[in-house]
Amino acid sequence: MSIPADLKYTASHEWVKTNADGTVTVGITHHAQDLLGDMVFVENPVVGRTLAAGEECAVVESVKAASDVYAPIAGEVVAANADVEASPEAINQDAYAAWMFKLKPANSADVAGLLDAAAYQALVESEAH
Amino acid sequence: MPFIPHTDADVTQMLAAIGAPSIDALFDEIPAALRSGKLTQVPEAMTEMEIDRLMQERAELDGRQLNFIGAGAYEHHIPAAVWQITTRGEFYSAYTPYQAEASQGTLQLIYEYQTMMASLTGMDVSNASLYDGGSALAEAVLMAVRAHKGAMRVLMPKTVSPLYRAVVRSMVKNQHIELVELDYDRVSGTTPVPTADMGDFAALVIPQPNFFGALEDVDALTDWAHAHGGRVIALTNPTSLALLKAPGQWGAQGADIVVGDGQPLGAPLANGGPYYGFMTCKQALVRQMPGRIVGRTVDLDGKQGFTLTLQAREQHIRRSKATSNICTNQGLVVTASTIYMSLLGPQGLKRVAAASHANTRSLLAQLCAIPGVKQAFSGHCFHEAVLQLDRPVAPVLAALQAQGILGGHDLGADYPELGNALLICATETKTAADLQRYAQQLSLALNNK
Amino acid sequence: MLIFEHSRPHRAAHAQMPAHTADISDLPASLLRQDEPLLPQASEMDVVRHYTRLSQKNFSIDTQFYPLGSCTMKYNPRACNSLAMLPGFLARHPFAPAATGQGFLASMYELQEMLKDVTGMAGVSLAPMAGAQGEFAGVAMIRAYHDARGDHARREIIVPNAAHGTNPATAVMCGYTVREIPTDKEGAVDMEALQAAVGPHTAGLMLTNPSTLGVFEKNIQQIQKIVHDAGGLLYYDGANLNAILGRVKPGDMGFDVIHMNLHKTFSTPHGGGGPGAGPVGVAARLLPYMPVPVVARENGLYRLLVEGDIPATIGRMSANHGNAGVLLRAYIYARMLGAEGMHRVAEFATLNANYLLAELQKAGFDIAFPTRRASHEFIVTLKKLKDETGVSAMDFAKRLLDYGYHAPTTYFPMLVPECLLIEPTETESKETLDAFVTAMKTILAEAYATPDMVKGAPYTQPVRRLDDVKAARELDLVWQPAD
Repeated sequence: MSIPADLKYTASHEWVKTNADGTVTVGITHHAQDLLGDMVFVENPVVGRTLAAGEECAVVESVKAASDVYAPIAGEVVAANADVEASPEAINQDAYAAWMFKLKPANSADVAGLLDAAAYQALVESEAH
Repeated sequence: MPFIPHTDADVTQMLAAIGAPSIDALFDEIPAALRSGKLTQVPEAMTEMEIDRLMQERAELDGRQLNFIGAGAYEHHIPAAVWQITTRGEFYSAYTPYQAEASQGTLQLIYEYQTMMASLTGMDVSNASLYDGGSALAEAVLMAVRAHKGAMRVLMPKTVSPLYRAVVRSMVKNQHIELVELDYDRVSGTTPVPTADMGDFAALVIPQPNFFGALEDVDALTDWAHAHGGRVIALTNPTSLALLKAPGQWGAQGADIVVGDGQPLGAPLANGGPYYGFMTCKQALVRQMPGRIVGRTVDLDGKQGFTLTLQAREQHIRRSKATSNICTNQGLVVTASTIYMSLLGPQGLKRVAAASHANTRSLLAQLCAIPGVKQAFSGHCFHEAVLQLDRPVAPVLAALQAQGILGGHDLGADYPELGNALLICATETKTAADLQRYAQQLSLALNNK
Repeated sequence: MLIFEHSRPHRAAHAQMPAHTADISDLPASLLRQDEPLLPQASEMDVVRHYTRLSQKNFSIDTQFYPLGSCTMKYNPRACNSLAMLPGFLARHPFAPAATGQGFLASMYELQEMLKDVTGMAGVSLAPMAGAQGEFAGVAMIRAYHDARGDHARREIIVPNAAHGTNPATAVMCGYTVREIPTDKEGAVDMEALQAAVGPHTAGLMLTNPSTLGVFEKNIQQIQKIVHDAGGLLYYDGANLNAILGRVKPGDMGFDVIHMNLHKTFSTPHGGGGPGAGPVGVAARLLPYMPVPVVARENGLYRLLVEGDIPATIGRMSANHGNAGVLLRAYIYARMLGAEGMHRVAEFATLNANYLLAELQKAGFDIAFPTRRASHEFIVTLKKLKDETGVSAMDFAKRLLDYGYHAPTTYFPMLVPECLLIEPTETESKETLDAFVTAMKTILAEAYATPDMVKGAPYTQPVRRLDDVKAARELDLVWQPAD
């Protein structure tokens, strides 16, 4: 089960979960960590930073690759997961538990515009060819 | 054909295996119009015996003079073992240690080098080297700006080598980084702690010893920079660090990045290169550091081994987002330096530094006793100092050169405000007789107007 | 064992230091070092033995075949080293007057002239200290050219996606943005994509030719027309110059600026990762911007041209004369090759590559671009092997070490899955190539018969495969004493 049905996704391989308090939690997908390999470093955005949709805001690094993480939607960073910075391997162990940061959306309707699980599944399959 | 082993029979068999009628046919995908004709500016081949003769003659033409020039490149004794081991084929003709298992020699050596440089500078970590002191300073400027994530200004004292400042300008000018020049005190030849508001800045560069050989008030400058939100880039001479306070101990918090030219540690003057740039820094900045870095780890059996690490910072992975475009380090010169530092040890390097300091002071005393010669600055120096002459420097240097003496570096072009200023240096390689000879010849040169 | 573990308090190599510690009492304590730096305390023999033994843990050209694609690991003639290290060259201070360096400067001047000839460029500066610095100088000159014309809209450098990582990294250092364009199935620049990418925003195109995929850009004449018609300049990455040395001149292909890697094409040593030398050559319109210093001959005497002589220069790459000693080695190599020998370099590098390609193909290896002629290098793809056995290009490469061969370049270029980029160079004999093919065949058989064994390679090196994840997660970059 590498693409949970209850999450939203981006074409740049972030997952997005809407929380009860209206914030959204962001991480990278199982597929993304699989492509990158063993994680060795995570750099999250600082809390309080305002992000535009699609803005580069975090970095994940493995031994052989590095990848930018993009803001799925516009918003303000309200939390960053220090645990995942201290133990980047948590992303390899469970990409959906190892969240990276939380955003307070500038416009909560933006989430609806992201990919659903089926669309993301199709995207991953198309990239494999 | 030099260095090509093929016999005619080999060529015939190889072409048959390929299924090509001739070597020319192997170039059939290249448009015929592009085929170049005979080279006109490349002479006919020379045998080793012939080129040996030519190069011996040229090297002799360049002769050997009694050298009192420093200004960024210093003549020190280099133990015979240093370059004999360094030029062993296994070091000399190896590639970058990407295949770690087949490169443990180079990798362990770099790990040892990193340890030595980090300790010498009082920093936590070191990279495997950069091109030279000037480009290392430029990389440090870029690194400080990256780490600051805001200010695009770096404070650059005029007591930093003019050539280093030129290199930094060339390398950062297209990135909108402003280099703010800090003037020096005309009496001490050092950089005063700024009293005016300097605005936001990413870093202050502190040269120690500075280009005049003078010793800056590093503690006060470091504390001032930190109090104003900037980092400190220390630019040092590694030999001096056997004697002088390590940048990691400057002020309350120490410098943040340390760079310099590694040439004094085992590289010959050699017309200016190859030398290498060293760079060390605090742990917190390690991911901002450019260049290769070696780490210690274990193999499948749990045995200690060494490998390149943090490669995701580098251009071959990060491409346009890399910390720098740098690819090579100056591996072979670092090899020489590591062997040099091992042979000298803490005691030997300190003696070299102390002897260079004492020789320079002795030379200064002798030269300043000559009428028309005085020391330009008060205050302490390491192994260089500025003289002021009562007449233009160039003819005096020419007269000394006629006597086989390179009398120093003329500061006229870069520091016209200092008048007839001459930068001199006497390392541990100079004997008492050498110093006397310089004093005598300078005295003669000044009397023969 | 580390050199620090050979260390004992108060042991020293006494012959290597001044006999006494000179008086330094004039220096105030506040400026002095209080602790002792962590440098080894060892005898001279300890040090010699330690580093000699370390050297023996390296593969090198002098000991092994090194078919490392894109790196041109050819024989480094010994005379180039011994003659560059003659005392007259080593003792000269870079600030010594030109009159005391005529032997050195004459050699540098002649090297410039020879490099101009083989590249077909109007001027050469020897200043850049490595390929990446040559790239920087080259792109900085492109920028200086456009800026001097007031053409400030040109802010984009086009780079094929197969390019070396230094290309995009360099463009960014010069303040440009990067546009990557794709490569077609035959390993060539996608012409439609190039045509679509160029425009008034185009500062230039950086191209390696033959490309990093080991094939010649057959459309180079059209490529140069497209870029020039759009007002951009053409940059030649000289990484693969060995493939065309003495055969085709980059200047004749229409390139405006080029860097050369003397540590590849002109056989200066790689030294375990440098020093290299990356001279730049320029077409006439970029002459005013060359990096300094440049060597000039005036009235039979040689001198360095500096900022005042080339006022629009992009500036200085190093404090002094670049990697002077490396340049001397390249000069000596060029003189030993001579004009005829230089023509032979590309011919025999190409012969060796195409022979090795043919033999490996016969042995059952998949060639990445089988319809194309190899240049001086070519790519084998092990994708089928990986799919069938799980043995990757990395595993295969590590197993080659057990057979005494340095691995080819793996995982570059990234466009080709499970690739081995193989460059034999002109200095290897047919017997060496045949023996290498035998080892490759043996490993291929092993991969099908005992894949786990291959995945565990190497077995015969000083260490087995290293844990680079641990190395990156638990950074251990400097040795700490136990207490």
